[in-house]
Amino acid sequence: MSSIARIAPVSSVSPTSAEERAARVWACLALVIDPELDESVTALGFVTAVEVDADGATRIAFRLPTYWCAANFSFLMADDLRLAAASLPWVTKVSVALDEHMYGAEISAGVSEGLSFQQCFGDEATDDLAELRLTFLIKAFERRQEALLSLMLARGHTAEALLIMSVQELTTLDDSDEAVARLVARYVERRFVIGANAVEPTRTADMARLAFVDKHERPLEPSTIGKYLRELRRVGVNAEFNSALCRGLLAVRYGAVPEDASDSNGESNSDSRHGAMDEASRPEEGQRVRFIPTNTYREMMSLKTRHG
Amino acid sequence: MYITPDGEEIFIIDGHVHLWDASKENLKNVHGQQFIDCFYAYHKNLSPKEYLWAKDKFDKYGDEVMYDDLFVSGYDDMAICQPTYLTDFYKNGFNTTESNYVLKKKYPHRFLVNGAFDPRDGEAGLDRLTELSELYKIQGVKLYTAEWRGDSKGYKLSDPGVYRFLERCEQLGIKNVHVHKGPTILPLNRDAFDVADVDDVATSFQNLNFIVEHCGLPRLDDFCWIATQETNVYGGLAVVLPFIHTRPQYFAHVISELLFWVGEDKILYGSDYGIWSPKWLIEKFMAFELPESVSKETGVQLSLSVKKKILGLNAARLYDIDIDAQKALLEETYRPLAVLS
Repeated sequence: MSSIARIAPVSSVSPTSAEERAARVWACLALVIDPELDESVTALGFVTAVEVDADGATRIAFRLPTYWCAANFSFLMADDLRLAAASLPWVTKVSVALDEHMYGAEISAGVSEGLSFQQCFGDEATDDLAELRLTFLIKAFERRQEALLSLMLARGHTAEALLIMSVQELTTLDDSDEAVARLVARYVERRFVIGANAVEPTRTADMARLAFVDKHERPLEPSTIGKYLRELRRVGVNAEFNSALCRGLLAVRYGAVPEDASDSNGESNSDSRHGAMDEASRPEEGQRVRFIPTNTYREMMSLKTRHG
Repeated sequence: MYITPDGEEIFIIDGHVHLWDASKENLKNVHGQQFIDCFYAYHKNLSPKEYLWAKDKFDKYGDEVMYDDLFVSGYDDMAICQPTYLTDFYKNGFNTTESNYVLKKKYPHRFLVNGAFDPRDGEAGLDRLTELSELYKIQGVKLYTAEWRGDSKGYKLSDPGVYRFLERCEQLGIKNVHVHKGPTILPLNRDAFDVADVDDVATSFQNLNFIVEHCGLPRLDDFCWIATQETNVYGGLAVVLPFIHTRPQYFAHVISELLFWVGEDKILYGSDYGIWSPKWLIEKFMAFELPESVSKETGVQLSLSVKKKILGLNAARLYDIDIDAQKALLEETYRPLAVLS
């Protein structure tokens, strides 16, 4: 799954200390995103506890901003947490406990038993969550693309030059600007959500594809780029409201939560929409363009074949 | 009434207020507790510090506090009560037409009281709607599609049973349908804030006005699309407006999108009282100016004349309120109080 992408190769041997085992699991959980907010669930403060026994049995506790958070998103995140922990070879059984939620008991039991959303809720759910997941991956793609293109245009790149660039050219762009580099990295992480190349995608072929396309993988036109970006901005505004609201509600419900990390990725800073995001851009040390690992990528592609 | 520094009077109709009872005595179960706790989290999260209430006041504030907050310390001139029954969570209901009517009886020129229906009530529900119309002369209904009812956890406006109710509304002259787009509705894998069902009924019932409360947030893009397609779809600013304090930049984006797509004639102010209070909302809104970069990009203005429409003129049109007559009426009724103070 894309939301548990970027997992580095790991040792198949279980660490001896409980702390170290938990730390390794935490590192995996950090890669799970809230699909709607396009942010890490650990950065959002959703995960509260991780315990790993010597035999690899893992217990994860998590919480959400309100008792009423939508069942589908709640289930999806719970299931991604389970999958992320299970990606460590020495993790055996994973149980996930969602606390203080209207469907906390059902979701905790269902996910821990590896049930699908539909199996868990029966008639109340009409199908599984693959489509929802894809919908929000596409929104994340659009939001990241809008942030990057707006910034690059504001920094003097021309639409004519940007819109014929390949992914390869974008990722090797000679631009010393760290804010741009960071947004390029974030954008490329989601670039291949778009465009089915389901059978046997290769890195070389992908790198030759156009960097900037719309969600149907059509090229963008320089003459209409302003209008296009404005439409995308509405997607971003939704995510920003969600993010602000979710953090605030979580803080009221449970006390302090981590700082708003989203300010540093440029997409949540409204000033970035008007080309003045220097202060908000704090590129992480050593941030590089990374790809979604091939297995995750294939999984996404098969998802699109089924649902796209 | 808000009076500008130039002395201009702005008549304010609050399109969305509640008089609820979430006291311990009225709670039925944990869901009722969690419901009011969630409201309180919204209140605490988005209000300026000096306007924060203690939780026990928030649970049940009563009609006198409400009157004061809306009309004495607040700038509202009139307010529309939008009921939320929640009878599965609260013994006597959370915020019903019946309990709202206490306000109307006490302050007849200040309040409009809306009704509600639930298509799952079938024939008895239709009778009840007729009864509400006769008893309280309602001009609008508030629909809470996420309301739990036994095993059912909600309904859609496009469900077949809803049509009979909307037809009854047309017959009874109830022309304003306020739709709350809130938390989870069935089926559970639907996008929780999906506004697509509004599109469906708005097309079928051209004589009714559909006011989407909270503008479908966070699905602003979907809502704008629907409102553009349908001439009888309006946006209610409840929940949208308080962001003016905590996130003014985001508020600027949202209001500019709404002005661009939905238009200045179809946006209605609502405080969502008692979650937020008109005093600070109106002061901030009147002082608010769209950043130049935003108005330049979208080409919209949030001028004084636009603000007047949002704050009162649009609601007056939907509810047939003659503002001059209403001003005279209010002045006459409350002159003695003014002299005393």
